[in-house]
Amino acid sequence: MSGAAALGLPVRAASRRRFRRPSAMPGFRLTFGFAVAYLSLIVLIPLAVLLLRASALGPSGLWDLVTDSRNLAALKTSFGLSLAAAAIDAVFGLLIAWVLTRYTFPGRRLIDALVDLPFALPTAVAGICLATLYSGNGWLGAPLEALGLKVAYTPLGILVALVFVGLPFCVRTVQPLIAEIDRSSEEAAAILGASRARALATVILPPLIPAVLTGFALAFARAVGEYGSVIFVAGNLPYVSEIAPLLIVIKLEEFNYTGATAIAAVMLLMSFGALLAINLIQDFSRRRFGHV
Amino acid sequence: MVAGFAPSDALAAPRGRAEAEPVAARTVRKPGSEVRVDGIVKTFSGDGPAALEGVSLAIAPGELLALLGPSGSGKTTLLRVIAGLEIPDAGRVFFGATDTTDVPVQRRGVGFVFQHYALFRHLTVFENIAYGLRSRERSRRPGEAEIRRRVGQLLDLVQLPTLASRYPGQLSGGQRQRVALARALAVEPSVLLLDEPFGALDAQVRKDLRRWLREIHRETGQTTVFVTHDQDEALELADRIAILNRGRIEQVGAPHEVQDDPASRFVMSFVGETARVAADIAGGQVWVDGRAALRAREDWPEGPVDLCLRPWHLTVGGDEAALLGTVREWRRTARGTVAEILLDGSDSPVEVKVTDVHRKGDRVALQASEARVFPRG
Repeated sequence: MSGAAALGLPVRAASRRRFRRPSAMPGFRLTFGFAVAYLSLIVLIPLAVLLLRASALGPSGLWDLVTDSRNLAALKTSFGLSLAAAAIDAVFGLLIAWVLTRYTFPGRRLIDALVDLPFALPTAVAGICLATLYSGNGWLGAPLEALGLKVAYTPLGILVALVFVGLPFCVRTVQPLIAEIDRSSEEAAAILGASRARALATVILPPLIPAVLTGFALAFARAVGEYGSVIFVAGNLPYVSEIAPLLIVIKLEEFNYTGATAIAAVMLLMSFGALLAINLIQDFSRRRFGHV
Repeated sequence: MVAGFAPSDALAAPRGRAEAEPVAARTVRKPGSEVRVDGIVKTFSGDGPAALEGVSLAIAPGELLALLGPSGSGKTTLLRVIAGLEIPDAGRVFFGATDTTDVPVQRRGVGFVFQHYALFRHLTVFENIAYGLRSRERSRRPGEAEIRRRVGQLLDLVQLPTLASRYPGQLSGGQRQRVALARALAVEPSVLLLDEPFGALDAQVRKDLRRWLREIHRETGQTTVFVTHDQDEALELADRIAILNRGRIEQVGAPHEVQDDPASRFVMSFVGETARVAADIAGGQVWVDGRAALRAREDWPEGPVDLCLRPWHLTVGGDEAALLGTVREWRRTARGTVAEILLDGSDSPVEVKVTDVHRKGDRVALQASEARVFPRG
């Protein structure tokens, strides 16, 4: 390059802003092309069709549908409970990941394998299990009902199902980070006189925050879209325990395709907004806590 | 050598001794306390060899002591036992007159510097150094202004006054280790422990930090113990050196003592270059391969021995009663000519300064001005 410049030849794109930074390693064009093609086929084109169908409704029609009280209630139920479930998963996932990574005890590998089961189990099976377990005469439902707590066929039932399906995300995202924690920085905190609680709050947990947020985002996304496990345990009462995905199915069964796509589009936008927000927080926390 | 140098009987000396040395008490200065370990036994994983097999050691107040040994000798384990990071299977640890064996690590009040710094990556340099002060219980915790003043002082001490707001990831290795030292000093420990503090640094930085640690020690006067596997580091820095091998202390002494008067064959070959020759002592002579090679000293034991020689005590030349060897290599360097000679009865060659020209394969006779023998077995 410098040789060319010395000879007075134009140095290509020396000052021009480039699409990508030059790299000595080949492979950018190929991988980028593949990535865009796949993403288009599998994600972007279907979503575009969805938005196109919904836009046929026009802004006012869309607004009417969204503000329809039953739809609004369903959206509230879906997003509110999904956030709550993801939050619960984040806390308990962290705890489970901690125990599985930091301690050795008989049956650890077994429990480690069990964590992934919510991924593998057909969601309907999970829903039916939960419904049986938490119904008025179920193993857990009966004693809970004696305490005045009704779980199955209430929003609480939905929450239980969403917590169930989201848990693996929150365990698997933090596990590698916990394994990587530098034991000596824990020891350093102890030697400097920090109590275990203080060491936990100031030294051990902050670096885990980005991973916890990733798990939270994944569990949230999964919960918003969850259908199979919820409908068996929810009771599906309009305005009370009806989730947005169920409403879409109901609209489809009524051959109300525009109504279905409209709700779907709204869900899509809300989910995208929520995930974007979480990603931004995550980015911030990574800069704040993730200094390597 | 600083006043802290103390053969073991000096431990009984009054504690004022370490304070008596002239010091520019610019920063935190607190007389160090005596550290004594007594019969420490520590075993890892049940059946393996013990990491420490009954180690006893007394470190004088204000002394700078090196724990030197090969990897696996138990030196780091001993340091961690003193810090309270490992619980010994048996034995006691004393700081001054107090038995601290059962005092939890949080309340021992030691400073510890880790080999890989162990800085808190998500906290700034300032917050790293302030961590110990902020961790104190409310009644002993200094105010924000006082913390600021103290951290500023420490940053000056470690010569990093401008880096307070950086994160550890933005510092070089040498800078990180200095921050780690400032963090350890912030709590005004009476005992400072360093685990291979320069192990992860490159040669030039190591050298600078060594000198600098010496100065800091002179300034702060803490009882300081550092672990190293580098004999140069131990010889250059320490008032006294404790040499560990396989969980036992082989010798404790000033650098010149361990070098000139090694207590065992291990110390002899670990500290300083050594040529080892299998020999027998009989009738006042040292026999190598059936030849009388050296006159035996009167206090040397009869029977099979290892004859240990420093290369700088060897000269080429001489008559009948000499060691024999084969020249393996001969080269000229800026400081003279050097021959690499494999002595008969030895299995590794030594470099000896020579004056004549030699060729590979030449047989030469060597005289030893000094030698030590250790019974073989």
